[in-house]
Amino acid sequence: MILPANFLIEIVYLIATALFVFSLMWLSAPTTARRGVLAGEIGMALAIGGTLFERGIIDYQWVAVALVLGAIIGVPLGMVHMTAVPQRTALSHAFGACCVTLVGTAEYYLHRSSVPKFTMSVLSLEVILGGLTFTGSLMAAGKLQELKFIPQRPVTYKGQNLVNLAMLAVAVGIAVTLVLNPAHTTLFLVMVGISLLFGIMLIIPIGGADMPTVISLLNSYAGLSAAAMGFVLNSKLLIVAGALDGSSGLILSVIMSKAMNRSFSNVLFGAFGQVQAAAPGAVEAKTVRSATAEEAAGILAAANKVVIVPGYGMAVAQAQHKVRELFDALTKRGVDVRFGIHPVAGRMPGHMNVLLAEADIPYDRLLEMDDINSDLPQTDVALIIGANDVTNPAARTDTSSPIYGMPILDVDKARTVMVIKRSMNPGFAGIDNPLYYLDKTLMLFGDAKGFVGDIVRELTGGAHH
Amino acid sequence: MSGDVLINSLFVFMLAGFVGFQVIKRVSPLLHTPLMSLTNALDAIAVVGAILLAGRHESKLAFWLGMVAIVAATSNIVGGFLITDRMLKMFKSSKPQKP
Repeated sequence: MILPANFLIEIVYLIATALFVFSLMWLSAPTTARRGVLAGEIGMALAIGGTLFERGIIDYQWVAVALVLGAIIGVPLGMVHMTAVPQRTALSHAFGACCVTLVGTAEYYLHRSSVPKFTMSVLSLEVILGGLTFTGSLMAAGKLQELKFIPQRPVTYKGQNLVNLAMLAVAVGIAVTLVLNPAHTTLFLVMVGISLLFGIMLIIPIGGADMPTVISLLNSYAGLSAAAMGFVLNSKLLIVAGALDGSSGLILSVIMSKAMNRSFSNVLFGAFGQVQAAAPGAVEAKTVRSATAEEAAGILAAANKVVIVPGYGMAVAQAQHKVRELFDALTKRGVDVRFGIHPVAGRMPGHMNVLLAEADIPYDRLLEMDDINSDLPQTDVALIIGANDVTNPAARTDTSSPIYGMPILDVDKARTVMVIKRSMNPGFAGIDNPLYYLDKTLMLFGDAKGFVGDIVRELTGGAHH
Repeated sequence: MSGDVLINSLFVFMLAGFVGFQVIKRVSPLLHTPLMSLTNALDAIAVVGAILLAGRHESKLAFWLGMVAIVAATSNIVGGFLITDRMLKMFKSSKPQKP
């Protein structure tokens, strides 16, 4: 029996879809995760191969040229340094959204005289979501890369949410008009323009600490726009891939917003950076105790259990390899060293885990907040490297604090707390941290990489660099 | 798009959404960064739409938009799989591997 070609192609798409689901299933644990990547790659190769046999394709050379060009650009994007992963991820959201928006625009121009109502509505959804994800992700990538011409500090103004909502309302209004009369080419272009502008406006009030939530949300939007494209092209493969990506981004956004004690609607409507306006409290002359690397090394060496809490500061100082040396030196002395990872530590979900894994720290030593918190009261030393707000006990007790209610790592319950910090300047959010003034807290002033290196040198008897 | 096709697509979307939630809920927070880069690579399956646009060459505009879209999506596929695998290779256990 000879099966028609289009039937065979659909079968190939079906297998690719199954492989995508397996890919994510296998990603659930580190032991099977690489098999998941392989399944995804095979599924992708099958899908692209199948598409090349679709009816009506005439320009094979040009398609090949574009595929090769994309691969050439993709390789350096896949080889970036691990500290650059957040901005790379934001950039790839932008590329994905760019693809979806361009395809949507082209589809509109091909069929604009006779687009059915439902197709036009999902097409509008596709380009609105795609457009705002494209510029929004570019802005996020620019902020993460600390490009000079993009303001790093959150830019807020009065009525910001109102302006943003109004823009979105206009875009939706145009979409409705287009559904009723698809031939309004100018209106379509205005709608694309508004969504592009909306993406920028959505990201300018965002500060660095909110980036994990924002990246997750943009991830979700990119997936949903791809699913919308699947509706337009009637491709079940695309609908499934888009729905998987969309739900993944959504789950991560919910986890991140919970970890920052933001309601999900607060996140959805982009009211991110505004909670950060901390009321300047009365400046009291509070005293802190500081210690040298030698003293810190002595306390660490005498401990049984040490928990290290890394934050974005560790990434900035590129201190993860020195932290690994500290881990080795202490482990060799029989100290039990583990890491407490807050969900929003760093600039994207899982950021700290990747950096510590890069430095060869075994992943079974990396514990989530809920798992490590029950152990912190039995911990001798909690060593905080470049983290601030996620350790702030005011989040538990001080109802007037802007971060009140945010789940934190209970490092103040450890017997001794050590904080490596450049100076007493408050962190990015400008919130003072009462942890620093506790009697059990020792401040280790200095650069994270340098100070950890000094401690290691003390522990290994000065022979080590 | 006829009503049947629409209903079929909505069923597929809903079921895929449920599967996605169930599968992704089980991913360890340890791997949330690779999760994001992997779903990003999978999402670049949008390249099939772009290939059809450029390959069918129904109009000059559609062709060029399709070409740019192929480049953007392919760079995500290659870069996304590459970096996900690089990251996952780094995750090692301190316990001896089971045979």
